[in-house]
Amino acid sequence: MSARRIAAEQPESFAFNEKSEAKVKFWLAKYPEERKASAVIPLLWIAQKQDNWVSEPAMREIAARCGMPYIRVYEVATFYTMFNLEQTGKHLIQVCGTTPCWLRGADDLKAVCEKKIGKKGREHVSSDGMLAWEEVECLGACANAPMVQISNTEGDLYYEDLTAEALEQMLDDLRAGKEVKAGPISGRSCSEPTQATVKTLVDESLYDGSRAKKIKLPNTKGAEKAEAPKAEPAKPQEKAAETKAKPKAKAKSTAPKDVAADAGAGKKPALLKKPKGEADDLKKLSGLGPKLEASLNEIGVYHYGQIASWSAEESAWVDAALKLRGRIERDNWIDQAKDLAGKAEG
Amino acid sequence: MTQLLQDKDRIFTNLYGRHDWRLEGAKQRGHWNATKEILEQGRDWIIDEMKKSGLRGRGGAGFPTGLKWSFMPKEVGARPHYLVVNADESEPGTCKDREIMRNDPQTLIEGCLIASFAMQAHACYIYIRGEYQFELGRMEAAIKEAYDAKLIGKDNIHGWDFDLYIHHGAGAYICGEETALLESLEGKKGQPRLKPPFPANAGLYGAPTTVNNVESIAVAPTILRRGADWFAGFGREGNAGTKVFSISGHVNAPCNVEEVMSIPLKTLIETHCGGVRGGWDNLKAVIPGGSSVPLLPKEICDDVLMDFDALKEHRSGLGTAAVIVMDKSTDLVKAIARISYFYKHESCGQCTPCREGTGWMWRVLDRMSRGEAETSEIDDLLDVAGQVEGHTICALGDAAAWPVQGLIRHFRGEIEDRINNYRAGKPVFVPQAAE
Repeated sequence: MSARRIAAEQPESFAFNEKSEAKVKFWLAKYPEERKASAVIPLLWIAQKQDNWVSEPAMREIAARCGMPYIRVYEVATFYTMFNLEQTGKHLIQVCGTTPCWLRGADDLKAVCEKKIGKKGREHVSSDGMLAWEEVECLGACANAPMVQISNTEGDLYYEDLTAEALEQMLDDLRAGKEVKAGPISGRSCSEPTQATVKTLVDESLYDGSRAKKIKLPNTKGAEKAEAPKAEPAKPQEKAAETKAKPKAKAKSTAPKDVAADAGAGKKPALLKKPKGEADDLKKLSGLGPKLEASLNEIGVYHYGQIASWSAEESAWVDAALKLRGRIERDNWIDQAKDLAGKAEG
Repeated sequence: MTQLLQDKDRIFTNLYGRHDWRLEGAKQRGHWNATKEILEQGRDWIIDEMKKSGLRGRGGAGFPTGLKWSFMPKEVGARPHYLVVNADESEPGTCKDREIMRNDPQTLIEGCLIASFAMQAHACYIYIRGEYQFELGRMEAAIKEAYDAKLIGKDNIHGWDFDLYIHHGAGAYICGEETALLESLEGKKGQPRLKPPFPANAGLYGAPTTVNNVESIAVAPTILRRGADWFAGFGREGNAGTKVFSISGHVNAPCNVEEVMSIPLKTLIETHCGGVRGGWDNLKAVIPGGSSVPLLPKEICDDVLMDFDALKEHRSGLGTAAVIVMDKSTDLVKAIARISYFYKHESCGQCTPCREGTGWMWRVLDRMSRGEAETSEIDDLLDVAGQVEGHTICALGDAAAWPVQGLIRHFRGEIEDRINNYRAGKPVFVPQAAE
C-alpha cells in the first residue's frame, strides 16, 4: 500500500479547457446516466493531461461532474498511483523496476536517472523543470525489458529494450527539446522473437485473403457431422509427458484401438508397433491435424511411406477405424504422402 | 519431439504487428468471417462449443471459460447483463494482452460481440490498465471502425444490438482482480468485494456480469470458426489449446509467442528465445506463470511441461504463462524480495494479513538478501507466509505468499549461506559467472 497525500500548495481554481471538455463529454457518454461516477478515473486523467498534475480544485470540479461527493474523488485520486498529486517535471520518467526488468538491468537505468536528474520521486524536479523520475511497478512490457515510460501532457509512451547509454542520450534529447522515438530501440517492432530456430507467422496463406473466403462452420446442427470419435485419444506423448500424464488420459487412449478392432470395413493395412527411427510429421499432410496424427500413431501409422502404400481397401479400413468419413480420399492423403515420402528420401 | 504450433493454426496472426491492424487487414486475415452464422447457431451452441473446446481462462486462474459463461442467468430480468473484459494486464512477466490489443484488436472486438451475445449482454466494457495509453488509443480507433462498418452498435449487421466501451484504470495492480476491477469501473477505490455474491449474480452496477481475460475472449471467434475439436486437439487433456507465452528475463531473445499448451518449457525457451543466456546449464530457476507462482529450480525445468496440471504437480502454476527466466548470475533472494516489494506496493490495504504481511515479508527478505538475519527467521517467514495465504478477501495475499514459499522450498540453502557468510564477514553473495 502506498500512502499518498495531496500537495500542500494548491491553486485557487480549476477549469477544463475546450479540448478537455470534448474529452469529458466523450467519456461521460460511456456510462449510464445514473452511473456517472464511473467516469471519475478518466476525468481525473483528463485533468492531469491538461495541467500535468491533479489539483484539489480539479477534484472538486470532477466531483460535481460525476455527481459524487468530493471525498470519494479524493479517495480515488490518492488510491491510484498514476495521478500526480503535486507538480512534476515536464517529462516524468517512470523506470520499471520489478523483477523482469530488474533481471535485465533496470538498476543501470535507475543509476542513469539518478546521475542525470537527481533524487528519485515525482516531486524532485530537475532545476530546469524538464525532468523528474520515479521507479514504478511492472508496466507490462516484460519481453522488452528493461524499459521506461515517459509521460507528459502529450502522452505516455513506452521506450523499450533499453540500455543505460541509450537512456542517457534520450534524457539529453528530451532536455534539449528534441523528439525521442518511442518503442523498442533494438529495431524490433514489438516483442517478436529474434533468435528463434523456427520462423513464426510467415505462412503467406494467413495474409493472402484465403482466410476471408466464405466458410462453413463446423459442428453445427445442419452440417455434416464431422466430429472426431467421442473417445478422443490423447496426443502422442513424448517421454517426459508420458510419465507425467494423468492416468485418466492414459486410460482413454486405448479407445481407438478397440474401434479399430471392430471396424470391419476394408482390409487392414500393415501397421507398426512403433515408428522405424523417428516418426514422420504426418501433420504436413494438408487436412491432417495433431489430433488425427495422434489417432494414426495410436493404431500404428507413423510414416508417409505407410500411407503412400495404402490400397483403396486399406484406406477404407483406416477411414472406418478412425471414423474419418472420407477424409483420406477427400484430402488426397495418399498422393500427398507419396510426395512427402519422396522428398524425405531424396 | 514435441510438435510445435504451425502458422496455419495460430489464432493471433498479427501478434508482432507486421501487418495491418485495421479492420480491412483483420478481415483479410479471417476475422469477422461468418460471425453472423456463429450467432445464428444460438447461444446454447456457442456455450456448448466453448465448453467442448476445453478453453480454460487465460488470465491466471484457469477456470473453464464455457462454464463461466453458462453461469449467467438464462433469462434477462430487470437488470441488464454485462460482459467486462479484463485488460488490466499487470502481473509481472505478462505482456501478451498488450500485443493482442495493439496488433489484433478486431479479434478481441469480435470476441466481445460473440461472448456478449452468448450471455445476452448488450453492453461490454474493456478495462485497460492506465499505463497502456497507446493500446487504449488503438482500441478506441478499432472500435470506431467496427461501429462505422456496422459490425457492432445499434442495428448492426449481426442482428444483436451491442455497445462496446473502453474504460481505463490508473496504475493499480489489484484492479486485475475481478471484483476490484468492477469497483474501479464503478468509480471507486479498487478494493475487492467479498464473494458471494459472485459477479454472475451481482457484478457491475449490481447486475449479472461476467469478467473474462482479453486472451480468453479473443480466441473465442477462431475456436467457433474452426471447431471445438480443432482447439481441443492441442495440449494434453484438460489443458487444451494454444496459448500466448511471454518469456522474459535471462534468455538470449525475450519474446511473446503463441504455442501449443503442454509444450515442454525447455523446448519453448530453446526454440523461440535463442535459449537461456549462457546455455541451458547456466539456468538457475524459472518462474513459469507470472510473479505470483512459486519458482522452479533447474532440475524441474529440465522436463516440465507448460500446462496447468503439470505445473500444479510441481506446486507451481501456469498462471498467465509468463515465463521469467533466471540464470546462475541471479541473486535469487533479491529477485524474490523485489517481487515481495511489488506486492507490498500493490496491496489495497483492505485486509490486515495482506496489508501488514506483505510489508513484513518484504522487510525480512530484504534483510535476508543482505544476510542480516537469523537462520530461525526463515521458518518465521514461512510461518507468516502461511498465515497470509488464504486469509484475505482476494488472492493477492496468496500471490504474495507463494513466491516466498517457493524460494524457501527450493533455495533455503542459499538464504542460510548468505546469513552464514554475513556472520563470517565474507561477501554475502557472489554471482556465479556463466561458463
